[in-house]
Amino acid sequence: MASVTFHDVEKAFGTVKAVDGVNFTITEGEFVCLLGPSGCGKTTTLRLIAGLEKATGGNIQIGDLDVTHLAAKDRDIGMVFQDYALYPHMTIGENIGYPLKVRNVPTDARATRIGEVAKNLQIDKLLERRPGEISGGQQQRTSVARAVVHEPQVFLFDEPLSNLDAKLRLEARSFLKHLQREVGVTAVYVTHDQAEAMALADRIAVMNEGRIVQMAPPLEVYHRPGTTFVANFLGSPPMNLLPGKVALDGEPRFVGEAFTIPMQSHVETAVRQHLSDGAQVTVGIRPEHLDLSQDPVSGGFQGPLYALETLGPESLVTLKVGDELLTVRIFSDDAPQLADTVHAAFDPEKLHVFRENGERIPVE
Amino acid sequence: MQRRPILSLPTGALFMLPAGIFIVAFILLPFFWIAAVSFTNRTLTGRTAVNPEFVGLDNYLRLFDASRFLNSGEFGASLLITGQFVFFSAIIGQAFLGLALAWFFFNRKGWIQNTVTTIAIIAWIMPDVVVAFAWFAFLNGDGGTLNQILGFFGLPTPDWLLDLPLVSVIIFNIWRGTAFSMLLFSSALGAIPPSYLETANVVGASTWQRLRDIILPMIRSHIVTALILITLWTFNTFTPFLLTGGGPSYQTEVVSIYTYRTAFQFFRFGSGAAVGMVMMIINLGFALVYLSLLRTQRRSA
Ligand SMILES: Nc1ncnc2c1ncn2[C@@H]1O[C@H](COP(=O)(O)OP(=O)(O)O)[C@@H](O)[C@H]1O
Ligand SMILES: [Mg+2]
Repeated sequence: MASVTFHDVEKAFGTVKAVDGVNFTITEGEFVCLLGPSGCGKTTTLRLIAGLEKATGGNIQIGDLDVTHLAAKDRDIGMVFQDYALYPHMTIGENIGYPLKVRNVPTDARATRIGEVAKNLQIDKLLERRPGEISGGQQQRTSVARAVVHEPQVFLFDEPLSNLDAKLRLEARSFLKHLQREVGVTAVYVTHDQAEAMALADRIAVMNEGRIVQMAPPLEVYHRPGTTFVANFLGSPPMNLLPGKVALDGEPRFVGEAFTIPMQSHVETAVRQHLSDGAQVTVGIRPEHLDLSQDPVSGGFQGPLYALETLGPESLVTLKVGDELLTVRIFSDDAPQLADTVHAAFDPEKLHVFRENGERIPVE
Repeated sequence: MQRRPILSLPTGALFMLPAGIFIVAFILLPFFWIAAVSFTNRTLTGRTAVNPEFVGLDNYLRLFDASRFLNSGEFGASLLITGQFVFFSAIIGQAFLGLALAWFFFNRKGWIQNTVTTIAIIAWIMPDVVVAFAWFAFLNGDGGTLNQILGFFGLPTPDWLLDLPLVSVIIFNIWRGTAFSMLLFSSALGAIPPSYLETANVVGASTWQRLRDIILPMIRSHIVTALILITLWTFNTFTPFLLTGGGPSYQTEVVSIYTYRTAFQFFRFGSGAAVGMVMMIINLGFALVYLSLLRTQRRSA
């Protein structure tokens, strides 16, 4: 087990900077998820750790060792690829044991270790089969088994669940979480699925355009998103973001095209500290922090119904506030009765405020 | 799922007809004709040209006559020469060198790779006669390009086609045919998912281990295919004739040239046909061995 540190790491492909000045330290035994939209540089970051790409700037450390110029095969890493990369000409047992074979571990010791790992991953009945003869979930476990079998320093996953169907994915996710608790190895896990990142990570690094936008524990990222990008990427559905202006004349409030939200006193303090009267802001409120109301509420939202989606345990009600859409998430297994005009109220404590450039104003 | 034919039987047969006619006219009929001729003493001129006689296995017995089988210019000697020619130029040369080149240039882009690929393809697509003349000039004893170069470095300058005829012909054939296996192996390597090799890389496999454990098993069927084709082509090729005419003193007389000499220089069609039949049986043997290799692999995969 070892830590992983990036110092100003850059990776350019021609003129495209896939990774653009990334800094972080992943401590020993920590499980970090790289989360971001497709093409933001997650895979490249992972491949830089593995040594499959060479950094064009900065340096990379694993433990105390500077590995920036070290070949992949000397870095002592276990990696699970998106396509699992199981060798079709080897049995499951041979696949799992390959890292040991490469290290010239004697056959008996190899067989013992393969048996151990396979049992732990519940694939010990399949050792004689070939990859083409087992299910997707079993292939995924085989790939994980091969990555852990030689007890690497760092464990890397590139979207390992994306090839599984929805039900199997949840199962595999719980299993990975369980495995992580048991093995406790340093792990970097790439995903574009925010639920996966929330469920698995000790810390989430949200990436956008080759940079890390925010790196924090899941609930921190959820409760205090550093930018509108993060706010918009996490949560399902993501946070409602509405453009507005600061009005400090008279009663301090946020004024939008079709809403007025009075500021709480602690919000006012923060806003006065960071912004001036008339400044452009984005106010944010998560769908789960909004609630429907029969009557108009002051400081709330109202507008015509845009869509109603009933999902079983919950429903999503979307209304049109001016030109913007606002989604309300209600936790009830009955469809709500709605009038033509919908009113929505929220807990003012849950309001987020962002500058015009997207940065969060710390209002708490 | 049950597979159904796309066409009904009569329609399908109709589509097969043109190809069928050609196969019958140019492959099956000549085959049976040659098989028949090989049991006669048919010649081009003289009495036996018009009224060939049935001679039983005489032609074959003469081919395998133990008292002179291995004498220079006889069938056995020719087979030995062909064996060396095929082993060194087809298996070691084209297949092995082609694989080595393909592997060396695998994932290595750049002008060197482009140049080598281009040269190899040009060597492959040029007409035989053109290439043979070029090599004739290249290998010429006095004033040939190769000897000019060797002489410049103070190295010995043999008269290649006279002193080392078989070596010359082998090198010529390697140069001529390596492009095919290189291209075949390049595309086979390109079809291996990158993550396979990257996984091996990450788990700590050396270059040699990657080749042995991942690359070779994954392209095994391509290797077998390449070996079948290259062996058969080389076994049957007539091109060395253009360089050496089979000489000097039969030293480069591979079986195709031997057949030609028997059938079209001495015009002993009966004997020539017998050699042709033997060659075909050898070809068939090669093909069967390779195909069974391919089949065992399918079963184990
Ligand atoms: N080998 C490569 N050559 C050129 N561009 C690449 C290469 N790999 C990745 N890129 C580019 O780098 C950016 C980040 O890619 P990637 O790390 O794969 O993103 P992600 O995994 O987050 O979807 C993309 O714009 C992609 O096109
Ligand atoms: Mg990716």
